[in-house]
Amino acid sequence: MDIRAQLSMNFHMDKCIGCHLCSVACKNIWTTRRGAEYMWWNNVETKPGAGYPLTWEDQERYRGGWEVSGGSLRLKLLKGPGKIRTLANIFFQPNLPTVDDYYEPFTFDYQNLFNAPAGDDQPVARPRSLITGEFMEKVVLGPNWDDDMGGSPLYAMNDPNLKGLSESQKEMLTKFHKLFFFYLPRICNHCLNPACVASCPSGAIYKRGEDGIVLIDQDTCRAWRFCVSACPYKKPYYNWANGKSEKCIFCYPRTETGQPNACAHSCTGRIRFVGVLLYDADRIEDTAKTPDERLVEAMRDIILDPNDPRVIAEARKAGIDENWLIAAQQSPAYNLFKKWRISMPNHPEFRTVPMNFYVPPLSPILHQAKSDSGGVFDPESMEFFNAIDKMRVPIRFLANLLSAGNEQVVLESLKKQLAVRMYRRQQRFGDVGESVVKSVLSQVGLTAQDAEDIFRLTALSTVQERFVIPETHREAMTSVDPRTMFEKRGSVGFGPKKKEFLGRTW
Amino acid sequence: MNQFLFGGMPYVLLMTAIIGAIWRFRSNKYTWSSQSSQFLENKTLFFGSFPWHYGIITILLGHIFGIFFPSAILAWNGVPVRLYILELTALSAGFLAFFGLLALIYRRLTNTRVKALTTSWDVLVLIVLLIQVVTGLGNAILYRWGSNWYAGAAVPWIWSIFKLSPNVDYVSNLPLITKTHIFNAMIFIGLIPFSRLAHFVVINPYKYLIRPYQVVRWYRKGGPTPNIVQYK
Repeated sequence: MDIRAQLSMNFHMDKCIGCHLCSVACKNIWTTRRGAEYMWWNNVETKPGAGYPLTWEDQERYRGGWEVSGGSLRLKLLKGPGKIRTLANIFFQPNLPTVDDYYEPFTFDYQNLFNAPAGDDQPVARPRSLITGEFMEKVVLGPNWDDDMGGSPLYAMNDPNLKGLSESQKEMLTKFHKLFFFYLPRICNHCLNPACVASCPSGAIYKRGEDGIVLIDQDTCRAWRFCVSACPYKKPYYNWANGKSEKCIFCYPRTETGQPNACAHSCTGRIRFVGVLLYDADRIEDTAKTPDERLVEAMRDIILDPNDPRVIAEARKAGIDENWLIAAQQSPAYNLFKKWRISMPNHPEFRTVPMNFYVPPLSPILHQAKSDSGGVFDPESMEFFNAIDKMRVPIRFLANLLSAGNEQVVLESLKKQLAVRMYRRQQRFGDVGESVVKSVLSQVGLTAQDAEDIFRLTALSTVQERFVIPETHREAMTSVDPRTMFEKRGSVGFGPKKKEFLGRTW
Repeated sequence: MNQFLFGGMPYVLLMTAIIGAIWRFRSNKYTWSSQSSQFLENKTLFFGSFPWHYGIITILLGHIFGIFFPSAILAWNGVPVRLYILELTALSAGFLAFFGLLALIYRRLTNTRVKALTTSWDVLVLIVLLIQVVTGLGNAILYRWGSNWYAGAAVPWIWSIFKLSPNVDYVSNLPLITKTHIFNAMIFIGLIPFSRLAHFVVINPYKYLIRPYQVVRWYRKGGPTPNIVQYK
């Protein structure tokens, strides 16, 4: 057993209102530099939708992630000759997205509003490209271009997750009263089996042993861009201006000092939970090789119980600090993913073993399940509980998104969430029969205490309960050269802020 | 004049390359790469970058092989059929590189996004490369058989440079095109550390073939293992 710690973020999708405060907080701190304007390390997409970059989930096109071939794990990108293919394609990458798949960064010519000569028409602010500096004919794509376009045949219908849905389910997207959509906030998953790390010819990308954060060494990166192609979530971004790849750094300067990530801290819906997970690094490869239908289960298996004395002893032997063990025992990530089993990974079938988890959203059920009685239900019986697969968001869609197609895992989570709601209704109003709630809770395998805890964490929790992030005290055991701190001043760590070198300015 | 161009300048430009490389590596390793612009434009690049690199690498390996084994080339060329095969292969690789280079130049000049990233160093590099490829092709077409007298005349001159006793006689009577080719090659070497040509000596990627997929770094001193999982 080789125990390691991992920081993990969980997202309660039911609570996400799609306000993009997380994206803006992230952008303001990390990506307002030249060449990084188009990057959204944190982005929130509307699902169903094409996503950012467009159709990123379509690995037929991008060839990101891993596949099992002949019993061994291989990067999809390297189909055929294997690693030699990296060197063969090093001059031109066939699967690399271009800036047009994200969007051309632009600003508006606001000065014209003030400086335009007097005339018959109102002056306008024309869009101007941030790459070339020239005026753009029109803006054809932007961040969240298909925001809230859940019903649009142009955007929503292009969602790769719609495969396997019945025609009537797809048709719901065209009927205004029936259409469904929800939000999918995305940051780097800081995977256990990261494809970006495995694809980097320079060896510039690495996973940090202590907290599992995946980072790109800016001094070693040589702009080969294989990470961009290999990551199935398209979360490494290429900075076209300085020729380096960049990605979400899990706000490590904040988490190292025990503060929550900027995206998580700014979240108005309080949908994010950050905590420590302990896992067994010896089993990563086996986990990543598990067949699709058992993938989520395998990922839960690799996470270890932080209260198990054997695990604690092994973790101490592996050098995990005491404050990390305590944090692991109070970890909301552990509770949501492993203990209560209500959150699940995004696209586990990409086999990178992602370490961020999502609680699937509940959606309207009464109109569909009780259409004969006009959507009115009898609280005494709550029989719609058993018709949970009639929810407006098709289970199939959620399963494609969150569990590699395994509908049972999604159903389990939805039922548990509904059971907690019934439990709370019983507590609060008493109009649901106590025996009904009891049977429902036992049916989904929760105790009354569990239901209370889930309610507490997902509805009332404080900052300290949502973010259990231990300090690392890196300053005491640093391998960082303090002399470079002065050089990196004002550059948020991404190379010289502005250094003229032989005509290249950044 | 010959003494200056082919006896003195080689040392000046070689030293420029070596000292320049050390200086840049120490002071600005961060920028040591060829800044890719595929992210901004990838349609023309396909027709430029692929043929250019594969063509020029073939040619370059041939030249380097010739420096170390000139007699092998002369022996191979002893039979006319084998000579034709060698010359034809080299010529087609040369044309491949030439057309690739034209596509790359066209792309630099016409695409506004790529232009936004273009520096004067990039332009200089393209001019030097174009001269090099054109004179190389000119040699191959006008003065046959280049591979023979490359091994017979240019290689001994190169070795005389390395041995610090430059013998200009080997090259002083060569045609103008050939002389341009040789001198331009030295300028090319001198440019390497200062321009995007730096990627020409990036030898990192070969390590990728032998390292395990995953890389883990520990900031705690004496972290357990350097790598997380050893995949086959």
